[in-house]
Amino acid sequence: MIRTSKVLVAGTAALALSLSAAACGGKDDSNGSTGTTATKAEFNAALTKVFNPSDKKGGTIKLANAGDWDTLDPGETYYGYSWNFLRLYGRGLLMFKPTPGAEGNTVTPDLAEGVGVPSDGGKTWTYKIRKGIKFEDGTVIKAADVKYAVLRSIDKETFPNGPAYFEGFLNLPAGYKGPYKSKGVNTDSAITTPDDNTIVFHLKSAFGGFDYLAALPQTVPVPAAKDTGAKYKEHVVSSGPYMFDQNNLGKNFTLKRNPNWDQATDSNRKALPDGYEVALNVNADDIDNRLLSGDLDVDVVGTGVQPAALGRVVGDPALKAQTDNPVLARLWYTSINPTVAPLDKIDCRKAIEYAADKTGYQTAYGGPLAGGDIATTILPPMIPGYQKFDLYPAGADGTGDVAKAKEALAACGQPNGFETNMGYRAERPKEKATAESLQQSLARVGIKLTLKPYPQGDYFSQYAGNPPYVKANKLGLVTNGWGADWNDGFGFLSQIVDSRVIRETGGSSNTSVRIPEVDKMLDTAVAETDQAKRDAQWGPIDKRVMEEAVILPGVYAKSLIVRPKRLSNVFISEAYNMYDYLSLGVA
Amino acid sequence: MSAGLPFLEVKDLKIHFKTDDGLVRSVDGLSFSLERGRTLGIVGESGSGKSVTSLGIMGLYNKRNAEVSGEIWLDGEDIVSAGEEAVRKLRGDKLSMIFQDPLSAMHPYYTVGKQIMEAYRVHHKASMKVARKHAIDMLGRVGIPQPDRRVDDYPHQFSGGMRQRAMIAMSLINNPQLLIADEPTTALDVTVQAQILDLMHDLQEEFNSALIVITHDLGVVAELADDVLVMYGGKCVEFADATTVFDRPEHPYTWGLLGSMPRMDRPNLDRLVPIPGMPPSMINLPTGCAFHPRCAYEQQTGGLGSTLRPELNRAGGDHLVRCHLPKEERQRIWLQEIKPKLEA
Amino acid sequence: MFTYIIRRLLAAVLLLFIVSAATFAIFFLIPRLVGSTPETLATRYVGRAATPETVNLIAHRLGFYDPVWLQYGRWIKGIFVGADYSFGAGVEHCPAPCFGYSFVTHQPVWPELLDRLPVTLSLAIGASILWLTFGLSTGVVSALRRGSVLDRTAMSFSLAGVSLPIFFTGMVALLLFSYKLGWTAPGGTYTPFTEDPGQWFYALLLPWLVLALQFSAQYARLTRAGMLDTMSEDYIRTARAKGLRERDVDIKHGLRAALTPILTIFGLDFGLLLGGAVLTEQVFSLPGLGKYAVDAITTNDLPKVLGVTLMAAFFVVIANLVVDLLYAVVDPRVRVG
Repeated sequence: MIRTSKVLVAGTAALALSLSAAACGGKDDSNGSTGTTATKAEFNAALTKVFNPSDKKGGTIKLANAGDWDTLDPGETYYGYSWNFLRLYGRGLLMFKPTPGAEGNTVTPDLAEGVGVPSDGGKTWTYKIRKGIKFEDGTVIKAADVKYAVLRSIDKETFPNGPAYFEGFLNLPAGYKGPYKSKGVNTDSAITTPDDNTIVFHLKSAFGGFDYLAALPQTVPVPAAKDTGAKYKEHVVSSGPYMFDQNNLGKNFTLKRNPNWDQATDSNRKALPDGYEVALNVNADDIDNRLLSGDLDVDVVGTGVQPAALGRVVGDPALKAQTDNPVLARLWYTSINPTVAPLDKIDCRKAIEYAADKTGYQTAYGGPLAGGDIATTILPPMIPGYQKFDLYPAGADGTGDVAKAKEALAACGQPNGFETNMGYRAERPKEKATAESLQQSLARVGIKLTLKPYPQGDYFSQYAGNPPYVKANKLGLVTNGWGADWNDGFGFLSQIVDSRVIRETGGSSNTSVRIPEVDKMLDTAVAETDQAKRDAQWGPIDKRVMEEAVILPGVYAKSLIVRPKRLSNVFISEAYNMYDYLSLGVA
Repeated sequence: MSAGLPFLEVKDLKIHFKTDDGLVRSVDGLSFSLERGRTLGIVGESGSGKSVTSLGIMGLYNKRNAEVSGEIWLDGEDIVSAGEEAVRKLRGDKLSMIFQDPLSAMHPYYTVGKQIMEAYRVHHKASMKVARKHAIDMLGRVGIPQPDRRVDDYPHQFSGGMRQRAMIAMSLINNPQLLIADEPTTALDVTVQAQILDLMHDLQEEFNSALIVITHDLGVVAELADDVLVMYGGKCVEFADATTVFDRPEHPYTWGLLGSMPRMDRPNLDRLVPIPGMPPSMINLPTGCAFHPRCAYEQQTGGLGSTLRPELNRAGGDHLVRCHLPKEERQRIWLQEIKPKLEA
Repeated sequence: MFTYIIRRLLAAVLLLFIVSAATFAIFFLIPRLVGSTPETLATRYVGRAATPETVNLIAHRLGFYDPVWLQYGRWIKGIFVGADYSFGAGVEHCPAPCFGYSFVTHQPVWPELLDRLPVTLSLAIGASILWLTFGLSTGVVSALRRGSVLDRTAMSFSLAGVSLPIFFTGMVALLLFSYKLGWTAPGGTYTPFTEDPGQWFYALLLPWLVLALQFSAQYARLTRAGMLDTMSEDYIRTARAKGLRERDVDIKHGLRAALTPILTIFGLDFGLLLGGAVLTEQVFSLPGLGKYAVDAITTNDLPKVLGVTLMAAFFVVIANLVVDLLYAVVDPRVRVG
């Protein structure tokens, strides 16, 4: 039965492709910036090129989510897939460019006319908003609407799940709780709107990467008159090419064309399809089956196929040709905690770096295809400023340098190894496998690990991320992982290498990095308003942290995703590390 | 046999069952006849084949569950060779059966009225109203007070005696010409037994039906039967009219039955005398005479008892006996040995 | 009889109180055994960037600082009187019965339960019609033709049906019938009957068949066993002796008596199913109570968990009551007075 299914699937795929190729005629993509396109369905066809380019309008794109949407409210949403999709119904000040390749990781103006203009050493940022852009009901969007959108997102009691950057950086009045609770409070210290088309942000300290904050969905305008707080997600007022048609929370929603969207004001979008249908809470394995058979277009969460489908794909070249394998801006790593003896000695930590079997780490995460690429730095390669280096080469076969490890052990006074505990998240089989792999590879040099599983819900607040607990329970190693909110050095590093984010009461992802020099380097980089100069500073920070041997990088995560069969303009966005949802059309 | 064509004539009826352990010869060559208006009592131990005989006459054994051979003529039709559908039409109509335990023999979920009406409507095209009238009528005739109310009661709501009356009503609803009663009073109190027996007697006279009473209780036989057929090991071992059976029985098994029967007219009875031994296995019947292992007089048959199967011989008039002992010997033993003990 | 029903209903209400209190206790008290605080509880309902202040805010908002009995009391009060809920830009009144608001989605629970009930109801009713029909008839035929090839095949099928887990048969069925052959609807395409009866039927067809397959296997065995039992009873012999057609003997007398335990088991099965056919709904992505329960549990969403648990308990209790009453209707020997 499996045989025939492969044949059937391959046959259908071939048929579908030949039909779509005929229909679309293989035109050049008119985004124009990269110029490289692809029409042949093969593995990674859409990784760096536009697959199946076309300008054909019409059709409905069908997407599905294995869980519930985190929230449709632009003020609170915190998942990459949601930010990706949100550009269909919301226009923020800036957005990530919808093109393949590295350029997709750069910000471009959306609602604004141009990128932000810094002043006052980077403490003030000014944006000019395009004229004549309207909400779905025809009202013209003003700077005040953007200000309102940002301010309401600060109310963390109403919107507890969203990013907290604005309240961190903006110079808000003391005790400001958002427009519902602090009604009438003057917030001009943080945001001013000199006229209807200008908005100015005033920060507490200089922040060179503010454009990335301007690209957050929290700058998507919200009309105050129609704001219903926690209920706003039931009907979000659109500023983009599509608006909400039906919204059945927890079940599905559909988007239809927004008649008040004007193509003339929007150089980023082409709005090819007539509508979108998103089904929620669909069985994950079912989603994969439907993707592979062409019955569904996109798995909107975009983090990859389930293990069952992975097995099918890996073994079948015809199915593999339907997939792409992007690298994610996510690092799976292990924290080495210097608060636990004998890891307070740098050479003992280096011994771990040398002895770790990186290939085993990769296998634990699922191998080179679905797990990731072996990591030797903290920053994944797509982050601007990434520098490639390897301070602790793992030997010719990648399984670790036992000799060097033993040298390091001798240097730190533990020639026969030592014992310590390793924590991991119990619900994550990959972390368990990682812990077991490290247990084995470190045992080669006499380092004995006792593995300790912890519930993932409280992992950072009570266990691995709780400094007193770590010390008391001698958690020398803990599994860890980090994905940036946006792909730049600040987004990636600030929460995991800045010692000031560590709290004695627990909760931080940074469990092991306390380097005053690094903190200073971060502050300098953060304040730099010149992008190129700023980006050049992340690499050295990465290296400095690695020199302390407090982080053992494991893999740069990868995902295996199924390319939609009947859609056009399919490519991987380097900003979201999944298909770019803005450009898709129906072939 | 008496004058007039017999209503029921059974000829060499054999009913065998194939089981994993062997062939069970429950009824092995039974012949008798019965006229309307007369009562035949079939007596024997459990396993003697009497119940199987009655079910066989009802046509409830067929190719699927048993090997039936011989003839059962009922009013000119042979039940054994007739088709299933033909026999089904007779059942409940021309011939009817009363079962031993009315509580288990009636469906617990349907009212007595419904069950009687069902028996009626199977064989008559009638409306529910008409059938109900008949049912109430019949319940009254069997002596159930307030039949118009009791018709809607469930079997478990009747007392034992009333329930048996209701069962009788059900079997008589279609005026059957042959009625078979299988242990009709065994499940009842002694006081009620008498009433039921009286009832059956009266109804038989009223309907002029032929009645077969199957029982192990000679008291019942004495009350009702005109003729008695004693069964042992699937065969008839003695047949005679009731008076003869009680007055001049000639089969050792019959003697044993009489001896083991409690009687009011035996003043000085210390103990009942059971028949020694166990009923025979119907798969492996003893060789020769089936009764011989338990017969006190087997020695006197000169070895025939264990080797040769005795035939049913005429002992005088309509009296048939299946025994190797010579007639004179049997009569002598009865008069000199058995009878005195019974009347002592 | 009337007082009996009243007593049972009161007992049912008491049971629902106990179930809800137990759920509350499990949710709040057990984590305390491992040192949970209101803050650690609240971290589940905030984003990954949450500051301690945010966690504190949410812990207050969700009432975690109050003693458990007070939170429980508040929740109970909401059921009888309703409650007010702030959604930031205003305050909404949640009318009685108010089962609270989801910790995660901030949507009121009761309307969601009502919205999902018809789905589970549709699934349960459709499947039960199928499995009763198929299971009972197979069981009857098997019993009557006991030992035959037909009987043995039917019982083997039923063994398979009972042994194969539904997430297996469901996924295989979807793969084969929906995606390969395109005969049935893909998962997650349920539409309410009131909107589009045709699509409603089409979407439920495969789930009905798969669920019915599993249950009809059980019921075939049950019916077969029950029939074998009743067909050896004396009243069957009487029925034949009355001259009834064999068909009437089998059905009106045999099956009728065998049905009683089957009907009571069915009542209980149906009641449980109404609490949510969790696996079936999960496999076919049907937005019913079962899926709701799974989603609620995986997101630690107490109000949803309470709502669905109580609804399920309610159905089980009612099903038990109905079954007990039905038993008296069906078997006259059980009736009192």
